[in-house]
Amino acid sequence: MTGNRVLDARIPAGPLADKWDRHEMDNPLVAPGGNRRKFTVIVVGTGLAGGGAAATLGELGYNVLNFCIQDTPRRAHSVAAQGGINAAKNYQNDGDSVQRLFYDTIKGGDYRSREANVYRLAQLSTGIIDQSVAMGVPFAREYGGALSNRTFGGVQVSRTFYARGQTGQQLLLGVYSALVRQIDAGTVKMFPRHEMLDLVVVDGRARGIIARELITGEIKRFAADAVVLATGGYSPVFYLSTNAVNCNATAIWRAHRRGALFSNPCYTQIHPTAVPQMGDYQSKLTLMSESLRNDGRVWVPMNPADKRRPDQIPEAERDYYLERRYPAFGNLVPRDIAARAAKVECDKGKSAYYSPQSVYLDFADAIKRLGRNVVADRYGNLFDMYKEIIGDNPYEVPMMIYPAPHYTMGGLWVDYNLQGTIDGLFVAGEANFSDHGANRLGASALMQGLADGYFVVPRVVASYLAGAKVSTVKADHDAFKSVENESRQHLQKLLAIKGKRTVRDIHWDLGRTMWDKVGMSRNRDGLLEAISTIGKLRESFWHDLALTGTDTDLNKQLEQANRLCDYLELGELMARDSLMREESCGGHFRDEHQTPEGEAKRDDANFAFVSAWEYTGPGKEPVMHKEPLVFENVELKTRSYK
Amino acid sequence: MSDSSANKNNSPSKGMTIHLKIWRQARGAAQGKFVDYTVKDIQKEMSFLEMLDILNEDLVRKGEEAIEFDSDCREGICGTCGLVVSGVAHGRHAGTTTCEIRMRHYEDGDTITVEPFRAGPFPIIKDLVVDREAFDRIQRKGGFVSTNVGSAPDGNAILVPKEAADNAMDAATCIGCGACVAACPNASASLFVSAKISQFAWLPQGDPERSRRALAMIGQMDEEGFGDCSNHGECEAVCPKQISIQNIAKMRREFIRAALRG
Repeated sequence: MTGNRVLDARIPAGPLADKWDRHEMDNPLVAPGGNRRKFTVIVVGTGLAGGGAAATLGELGYNVLNFCIQDTPRRAHSVAAQGGINAAKNYQNDGDSVQRLFYDTIKGGDYRSREANVYRLAQLSTGIIDQSVAMGVPFAREYGGALSNRTFGGVQVSRTFYARGQTGQQLLLGVYSALVRQIDAGTVKMFPRHEMLDLVVVDGRARGIIARELITGEIKRFAADAVVLATGGYSPVFYLSTNAVNCNATAIWRAHRRGALFSNPCYTQIHPTAVPQMGDYQSKLTLMSESLRNDGRVWVPMNPADKRRPDQIPEAERDYYLERRYPAFGNLVPRDIAARAAKVECDKGKSAYYSPQSVYLDFADAIKRLGRNVVADRYGNLFDMYKEIIGDNPYEVPMMIYPAPHYTMGGLWVDYNLQGTIDGLFVAGEANFSDHGANRLGASALMQGLADGYFVVPRVVASYLAGAKVSTVKADHDAFKSVENESRQHLQKLLAIKGKRTVRDIHWDLGRTMWDKVGMSRNRDGLLEAISTIGKLRESFWHDLALTGTDTDLNKQLEQANRLCDYLELGELMARDSLMREESCGGHFRDEHQTPEGEAKRDDANFAFVSAWEYTGPGKEPVMHKEPLVFENVELKTRSYK
Repeated sequence: MSDSSANKNNSPSKGMTIHLKIWRQARGAAQGKFVDYTVKDIQKEMSFLEMLDILNEDLVRKGEEAIEFDSDCREGICGTCGLVVSGVAHGRHAGTTTCEIRMRHYEDGDTITVEPFRAGPFPIIKDLVVDREAFDRIQRKGGFVSTNVGSAPDGNAILVPKEAADNAMDAATCIGCGACVAACPNASASLFVSAKISQFAWLPQGDPERSRRALAMIGQMDEEGFGDCSNHGECEAVCPKQISIQNIAKMRREFIRAALRG
């Protein structure tokens, strides 16, 4: 069903390069000191976006309540990002600029993101590096003492800053250090092991959250003048993904149910280089950083029947299919293209010896050219991880990889101010939809997280607080009481089912359906089947879920069940969004819409818009609204990496 | 062929039987006890925690409460997991977290004991879950550079010798899991605290607050009830990120330097 709400992105007027500066100048401020302390801001999540926003709002003098489900904010899933963070510093003198980073990101996203947001992201990228260095983040350096760079997929310049294969960890520890400083200063109050269960909306404005303390099960109310959600993406809807096992969509989904529109749910990123799947006991897939494609060469045997070990396959009988199909970018094509190309080869029966869903990533040439020590210095920790999982030594036997769900470009709809369709609700980082279009380039998630956290959220939340004339609402307001009751009843309902199927069992089935029908390639029949299967899984969940323990104790099975019931709704919306989008773009590939060479075929005349879905009630069909995408600064072209 | 069929093709038919002695302790209880479990069909490629997942599913199906343990990223970087496996924090395999242990290190019929990280400053919450907030309280006292967003000079304005950056990075890889404390006979947090002090001591950005940081963090470590370091070296042996005990020597030098300067 299509609706007709007008979605105003509130993009500032004027030339692209001046929009953010002008916006900063035009927006009201809150004077330092006592005025700022009067405002309370809730920030949910402590990753780069959430932790960065909480710390920075604290530095500015606001009263911040910061929540995370982990036992400490330092464990947010940003910690797991391996490869790097992009910034348009042009330290390598290779022709980089804000304009080029902007263009690469728009093109990488297959022309499905908003120009103004992406330009701001590129502008802010340089300040992130400066700030992180000042905080003591130990980025890789050259012998002369300057910062070092590497190259990532989808670009022809070297702009990725890194800290070995642990860039996310180091940037997150930078955020965490800023956060603990504010906690000690008393501006940020930290609530670890607290999970947001619902959003409280009063008079059309987001005024607080209901959260559960995970140790005791106590359900609590928190009131504020604005709420920032920075709770990450929804890849675990596929069950097996590279995400941490506790990553979930509950905060954004419950906000969606309270009126926040959900955009582009079908845009999911399947990362090309993860350790292949092994068995149905698995709890997650392990990523092998994109940086490996700097030096590794991807190949499969030319002959589908060839199941020899890789060292017995002569050079002439190998197909380096990325180098063959995309000579200009070779192994460094964007993620969506590399992932789909692996699937195409495997579907033809060409695969690595390990399983029909695996291809080789070979370092033999790199070791010959650079020496084992240099390769070890660059990728040693990844090689060790791989060896522990698969048992092969990648210095000697080519690594085997296969695509895996990794990142979700879709998320809650936000305007230029990162404000959702509920006033006072801000959404940052992976949880929003705004910057990556239909495909995110490597090393851009950390960039967006910190741009939002350090620079955008503190500024736009301040403008909101200065201009909104928000009335006083306390946590004893009736709205809080009623949402708290709903949250408690929901958990008790889950415990009362007393069926036979475990959370994992149902989640596994959901994941398989999503992977097979709403994964790397999709088609109409498969999507209709997915919608029907997910409906049945929801039935099964609500009639046959097995849980033990109580809601007034630490109960991780209950936590997972509570998250799964949201995935069972979100999965269906992803299928509906995929079905609606009769084109192929970025990570969304419809079998019906491809070129004779098998490349994605966009339909700019009919689909150059952001979908924004409205929740209409349990079991009811959602309504889709559209935000047209207007391109004034780039020409819409067919993406080519050939 | 659907992608998920790969799973079936790869699953060997028969796995190992493993006997487990797992620490169970109700929330708020003063004491807990070991409870015996047996799990079947364990594959060599499985991770240790996936084995516990399977056990938990069996328990829930039987109507029993699942065993609570912390884990998140399951790839050794978040620092959430941490179990004492047959007497060794994160198991006997060097340089890995609990979540990275694979069952290929075990044989059919093995018995494995599973306990929480035990230390006075890490109270047990429930079963295998402990409270490590003491680490956060230490960090709050000085584990940062006092710089507000917006005030940074250009990233290349201050050059840092590669060796110093590499040394800082070696220390900074600490994941804050607490294995060092669990392994230390004195329950000392010295490896954890020294890694942070050392990271900043190697970098020019950390220099202005060097003395203040060392005194404040060490002071808080003592206040939390962590023991002294008496050079057993157990911490380094179990550290999943192989943080060197040399950091503790550096921390001592930092402390003396700060104390002498007053």
